[in-house]
Amino acid sequence: MKSFKHLFGIADLSREQIEYLVNLGDSFIDINRRPLKKAPTLRGKTVINLFFENSTRTRTSFELAGKRLSADVINISASTSATSKGETLLDTGQTLAAMQPHVVVIRHSLAGTCEFLAEYLDNTAIVNAGDGAHEHPTQILTDLLTLKQAWGSPEGKTITIVGDIAHSRVARSHLLAAKKLGYNMRVVAPKTLLPAEVERYGCEVYYDFDEALPGSDAVYMLRIQTERLTDACAFPSVREYHEAYGLNAKRLRAAGDDCLVLHPGPMNRGVEIATDVADSVKSHILSQVEYGVAVRMAVLAALCGGEGGDES
Amino acid sequence: MAETIFDTIAVNQALDTMAKSMAADEVYIIGIQRGGSEVADALQHRLKKTDITIHRGNLDISFYRDDLDTIGPNPEVRRSELPFDMTDKHIYLVDDVLYTGRTIRAALGEIFDYGRPATVRLVVLVDRGGHELPIAADITGLSHHAKAGQSVKLNNDPNGWTIELRQVKK
Repeated sequence: MKSFKHLFGIADLSREQIEYLVNLGDSFIDINRRPLKKAPTLRGKTVINLFFENSTRTRTSFELAGKRLSADVINISASTSATSKGETLLDTGQTLAAMQPHVVVIRHSLAGTCEFLAEYLDNTAIVNAGDGAHEHPTQILTDLLTLKQAWGSPEGKTITIVGDIAHSRVARSHLLAAKKLGYNMRVVAPKTLLPAEVERYGCEVYYDFDEALPGSDAVYMLRIQTERLTDACAFPSVREYHEAYGLNAKRLRAAGDDCLVLHPGPMNRGVEIATDVADSVKSHILSQVEYGVAVRMAVLAALCGGEGGDES
Repeated sequence: MAETIFDTIAVNQALDTMAKSMAADEVYIIGIQRGGSEVADALQHRLKKTDITIHRGNLDISFYRDDLDTIGPNPEVRRSELPFDMTDKHIYLVDDVLYTGRTIRAALGEIFDYGRPATVRLVVLVDRGGHELPIAADITGLSHHAKAGQSVKLNNDPNGWTIELRQVKK
């Protein structure tokens, strides 16, 4: 298997690499559950979290992942960095790289930020923690680890992803992963929230949520990314959106007891998910958060490891 | 080319003797994945024939190794399973072959991240010499002084276990 230099997106990973990271994540779950949550795997490594967009889950889980593997972790958010004094992205990147970190984890609103910086920063592994509407690979690895616990393998299963597909890096990365791992994706959204020619990803497209529900093994709800909406009239009102595309108790029953409900967070209650449903399916969504730490431990370990080879 | 240095009879006798010296009312055994776990299973099997209460765990030390930079994370990590509280217990830590002692150092690190046992005794099927750390086994089944560049391996033959010596480097 090819070793890992950076993690830009699901697009660059082979099926073997995806499965390797998910399995490695699986073996890290235990460390997060025992009383002493620390292993020395990444002792002496430095991880910088560089976040230009807000984040609770992803930033915290990268920080915990690094710390629980004994790496030194530093968090920088755009609002507290020199970016707010007018420094360019490249200058910020090069400044941080000069301090010799092993890994820089980046979230940015522009697609391709990680690839751009990687060209200039030698000897630094770069992890994409979400770049615009492009990719969010660690979220997909997290979901795959969550699904592994429930299903073993996702192959042949059907995941119905609902909501703001147009602005969702999670949706895009899932569509790419589905092709590589052999699961089916149904995308459900009003036309205004679907990217042009979404069918080319090999998914089924539905405009009616109720039609997409039968036969779904998991329903994946997405938040409306109001911060990325350029068109204020993508849907008439929040209430109408909730009626047509929100997950309510009736739809949850229609989906069946075995259907998993996933959400990458943060949830907007009363928009894509009804409050009572959010509370009843919270366990799945919180499992996603738990496994997110384990998967990010795997990503950091894989990037800090050597070329690979047999145990000696 | 592999040379058998201990045949099945010798290995079985060694396991019998090791099990005998471990006997007590309650025994806590932790095997190091994978070879050590297999040896621990064999010891457990022998101890089961008596009325001893056995508590069994397995340890995967992949995340505690000191050579992540050169080997990368172990692609085949098994879960550590320690289904008992180790605090104040007398633990037998079992491995198949004792060589540099680095695996044992890593295993001790992991054990102490789970709890604080009263004692940890090291049990190995074969001590092949070449220790690089001040670590020695408390119970040793077999000893063979192998040279650096030679590999000593537990061979899981269908007819029974044997210990093999291989030349890996000049």
